[in-house]
Amino acid sequence: MNVTAIIINVIAAASLLIAFAKDREKATKSLKIAGKSFIRMLPMVFVILIIIGLLLGFVPASQISRFVGEQSGMTGILLVGVVGAILHIPALLSFPLAASLLEDGASVSAVTAFITTLTMIGTITLPIEIKELGKKMATLRNGISFVIAIVIALIMGAVL
Amino acid sequence: MKNLKEKQKRGMKRDWILLGIILIIAVVLLSIFPDRKEPVINTLWDYFIEMALILPAVMVILGLFAVFVSKETVIKYLGKASGIKGIFLAIILGALPTGPLYVAFPMAASLLKKGAKISNIVVFLSAWACIKIPQELVELQFLGIWFMLSRLTLTIIFIVIMGIFIEKVVEWSEDGKNIKSSGGV
Repeated sequence: MNVTAIIINVIAAASLLIAFAKDREKATKSLKIAGKSFIRMLPMVFVILIIIGLLLGFVPASQISRFVGEQSGMTGILLVGVVGAILHIPALLSFPLAASLLEDGASVSAVTAFITTLTMIGTITLPIEIKELGKKMATLRNGISFVIAIVIALIMGAVL
Repeated sequence: MKNLKEKQKRGMKRDWILLGIILIIAVVLLSIFPDRKEPVINTLWDYFIEMALILPAVMVILGLFAVFVSKETVIKYLGKASGIKGIFLAIILGALPTGPLYVAFPMAASLLKKGAKISNIVVFLSAWACIKIPQELVELQFLGIWFMLSRLTLTIIFIVIMGIFIEKVVEWSEDGKNIKSSGGV
């Protein structure tokens, strides 16, 4: 068990204890919500796990790095950026997927672009965003977010 | 207009079907290339362990915030904050794990109607979308502290810039008109 996992579990356990001490009913309710969200997420967890397994087991690192590695340059970054913007997978699960891509030869920039567009831009939720906030603000936010994601990706690639 | 519960149920069904398809693909591939079975299973198991160690805890944290920090609290604090404090609050309140993004849009709309600053709302929405605390925890687990911290810092810097920029653009083009009136076109 690594340090991060221990810290996260300690935080969760401590918060849960405090919650129970403060308000038993609310704490029970939040546990129920936690359980429900966990079950709802489960099929996607396994989908992502299998994809990671197949990816690392079948696709050679040279192939991955050709498309999204250092030598793919700007095209690769833009490509994953677009894929991230369109894909609709839970953000929590994008991180293990990103880690597996990194392990298999993807560049830091490409992986950053993927995570950032995936979380920042919601093509599926865009209609709701337009309805609630108007066309101008919604398109501005999503459009600029894409540019930002690419810039962040490039800086990350240069820094790390 | 379908209600939320039905939509969720349908999403669940779609996820299970997807899992079935992926499972079939995996089984077929592995029976054609049996030599790949070991690396695939090993990787799968490693990542499974890593997820199993943190996902339940992350879900507990999510559940606690969803119950203990109400929408009303968020709206109350964000509605009256302005300046640097406003942006700071927008990031913090957005980062609290209080639900999926589509919950935030109506909140943002009602805040705007009440006169909240556009820059704060854009920062709030973007923080909600991409710097949620549980996400950061999972990112820490899988990509390490330097990756997580650098991306977090850069994201905060750029969403603040974007918020101010969008506010200027909307103000120029609308000349102080109510934001809502341009919606639903």
